[in-house]
Amino acid sequence: MLHADKLTEIEQDALAEIANMGVSRAASSLRQMVGEQVLLSVPAVRIVTRQAASKLVERNNAKKLVAVQQSFEGPFAGRALLIFPEAQSLELVRSIVGDEHSLEDVIDLEQEALAETGNIILNGCLATIANVLHRTMRMSLPTIVRGDGARLFEVEGPASGGQFVLFLYIDFNIKKRDVHGFIALLMDLPSIAALKDIVHDFISGIEKQPSVHVG
Amino acid sequence: MQQYNVLVVDDSKLARMVMASAFRRIQPEWTLVESTNADEALAAVSGGTVDIALIDFNMPGTDGLELIARIRKTHPGMPLAVVSANVQDEIIGRARELNAGFIPKPLTDDALGAFLSGATLRLKKTAP
Repeated sequence: MLHADKLTEIEQDALAEIANMGVSRAASSLRQMVGEQVLLSVPAVRIVTRQAASKLVERNNAKKLVAVQQSFEGPFAGRALLIFPEAQSLELVRSIVGDEHSLEDVIDLEQEALAETGNIILNGCLATIANVLHRTMRMSLPTIVRGDGARLFEVEGPASGGQFVLFLYIDFNIKKRDVHGFIALLMDLPSIAALKDIVHDFISGIEKQPSVHVG
Repeated sequence: MQQYNVLVVDDSKLARMVMASAFRRIQPEWTLVESTNADEALAAVSGGTVDIALIDFNMPGTDGLELIARIRKTHPGMPLAVVSANVQDEIIGRARELNAGFIPKPLTDDALGAFLSGATLRLKKTAP
């Protein structure tokens, strides 16, 4: 008998694989937008408290972070975030709008460019996951949050920092620029039971595929 | 060569900049009109000078598919496309039901060019 707060190894593998498809799409969008190679880590899947998730994001980073976030709902609900150190946000924007723009232009466009970049990257990620699972997800408009990990993950919010969440994340690194960050998915635990069902459908879908493809 | 007026509807200034820069490469002679929301877009369309419209999906207020459904009521033949990173099968399917194209973000010249070629053919066929 499985507990709602535990995922089996095969479920974790399947989730990591699904997340991988989503973030790979996100990385290819980012690569297209900056016109340079984007390196990705292996995606990690964990069940942790919001507090612990916020620490994971801060681990290798300055405390001042900026994130573009979108909430999503559908078969499961949560938030997707594109996170990077605040000090690098202008460099990221510059890499997207092009080096021909002046610093003033880049500063002017910062909020705007971050929101649209996040929108493209996170939408691509979530939409790919929805398609893989044959489900539909609704996504909010992007918003920008600045602060430390605790603020990004609303550790002090109505849902307490001790609350467990499913945390999927992957690091990205824009090779030629000094820009790195995370793409993170935070899912509320009440929906993990639903998530398990969905992952099982995904796994049994793979098992049903014929081993020999013709044509 | 026929020139057309293209309405670009997107709440993001960056997205409109990206679209304008693609047009400078693909169809530099065409005229772009920009709207930031559905109401502005409907006003521009009812003005009667819009030939083609490219519409973001995820906008505050009326979303792109609702906007397309409204434009379709008065302009059944106008070439329309949803431009979005929301590549869910459902969104693409709903665009198709409204007889609209789908152009994924990040925008590429190829994807935009292919849609515009189709749109041009369609406009020529229906031209008096």
